[in-house]
Amino acid sequence: MDFFFEVLIGGLLAGVMYSLIAIGFVLIYKASGVFNFAQGAMVLFAALTFVSLLERGVPFLLAFLVTLAAMILLALLIERAVLRPLVNRSPITLFMATLGLSYMIEGFAQMLWGTQVHGLDLGVSDEPLEVGGLLLSRFDLFAAATAAVLVAVLSVLFNKTRMGLSLRAVADDPLAALSLGIRLQRIWAVVWAVAGFVGLVAGLLWGARLGVQFSLSLVVLKALPVLIIGGFTSIGGAIVGGLIVGAAEKLAEVYLGPLVGGGIENWFPYGLALLFLLVRPAGLFGERAIERV
Amino acid sequence: MPHTSAQPLLRLNHVSLAFKGVKAISDIGFSVAHGEICALIGPNGAGKSSLLNVINGVYSAQEGSIDFDGTTHRRLRPHQAAELGIARTFQNIALFKSLSLLDNVLTGRNLLRRCHWLTQALGLPQARAEEDAQREAAERVIEFLHLQPWRNSIVGRLPYGLQKRVELARALAAEPRLLLLDEPMAGMNAEEKREMSHFIAETNREWGTTLVLIEHDIGVVMGLSDHVVVLDYGRKIGDGTPDEVRRNPEVIAAYLGTRH
Repeated sequence: MDFFFEVLIGGLLAGVMYSLIAIGFVLIYKASGVFNFAQGAMVLFAALTFVSLLERGVPFLLAFLVTLAAMILLALLIERAVLRPLVNRSPITLFMATLGLSYMIEGFAQMLWGTQVHGLDLGVSDEPLEVGGLLLSRFDLFAAATAAVLVAVLSVLFNKTRMGLSLRAVADDPLAALSLGIRLQRIWAVVWAVAGFVGLVAGLLWGARLGVQFSLSLVVLKALPVLIIGGFTSIGGAIVGGLIVGAAEKLAEVYLGPLVGGGIENWFPYGLALLFLLVRPAGLFGERAIERV
Repeated sequence: MPHTSAQPLLRLNHVSLAFKGVKAISDIGFSVAHGEICALIGPNGAGKSSLLNVINGVYSAQEGSIDFDGTTHRRLRPHQAAELGIARTFQNIALFKSLSLLDNVLTGRNLLRRCHWLTQALGLPQARAEEDAQREAAERVIEFLHLQPWRNSIVGRLPYGLQKRVELARALAAEPRLLLLDEPMAGMNAEEKREMSHFIAETNREWGTTLVLIEHDIGVVMGLSDHVVVLDYGRKIGDGTPDEVRRNPEVIAAYLGTRH
């Protein structure tokens, strides 16, 4: 039984790492109704910038702040050059724009910092820690704690301030929001900057786990089942979705894997997501689209 | 009328607007006095909605200017118009469909909030007091428009006529000096129209709000407004009291379609 719990909790903790990526998507989806394909590129860009600064002898904290500044600058640029000219266009147009953006950001990161793989050490070892008789990864616990703090900060920012309401207003009807004096451009810039910050945190944790390299931008594909299960519009949903995906894929690998020859972990979450699409298309916590006919 | 100043609240001076060379509005000028209800009428495509969009900054006119409360603006941006105290509703309902009625009305008070987001995030007393005050103000508007039974409903699920009223509530929550209503009664039955006219007249009387509205139902317009401006093909063809406009031969021709 201990083994089952070890697998389960290990899976849940791994799931938190997926949630971190998914939160970045949720933020932008909530504010502009668009699936931001460039989120992965932003994660990569953040991790690569940070690790390159670190390797050039910049102290940890300073490197973090400089990278954060770079992410905010990137957000402002995206708002100015992409979102503002495309206001009131269809979601598919915006999606295609983020697709293009994704390759531009990757290319820019590559131009700036090169293509080699970097190791990243955050000073947290991956050695197992015994908690109540269970062996858990120290690093996973650290990642989970980071995610918890991040979610707490975001929920205060978006639930306690008027920004939350403005954000949802902008997502529902940009033109009407404008007529109320809500500054669309400022909201978008803030949301993309916060998504950039979330990308930075995710980039550091994922970079420390997998090494900072270009495949990091593909990690985001694991966020898709998380978003489908949790719902595209809820940060809480991203957390729960991540936990479900993490736990499900590890349990499936351990208990179902041997029956079919293993390798389940990589596709099981997508199968689960498909099931959710059939049964509950808006996800567990997503808002169902309301259309009057 | 609360204001006795001779200066109008709004004046359009020689406004022209074209889309890719197609003229939507040609050289239009008129004034709206403090506290009046001014109706914009005219056949479809006459440029009425475009004109509202110019006034609240969605479109910028190629020529002309807008005086608002004595200050001349070559062009306005939407948030600037909102800051000046211009609120509006839309022809096709533009509510925040996934939010509750109360939240929709609260968004209308966006510019009336003074607290910094940091004090809100920290939940400081002044932020909480402000939150309470905003809620109270929103509730007052909801009560005024008899919307209490639906205050917690998601507006996307409300019937059409009610949604139109919620849009009025959201605009009114901003405590505007000038309220622009783009076909507030479109698609309503006679009973709903009567109700809406009543709310519009009450808004004007109790809140002292100056109104500019677009409406097709001539009966409603004549009963409701102090001042009527008639547009046809982007030009102004009539401007005066309902009675004056009713007797204007050019207006009659445009409406009956008899041209010489």
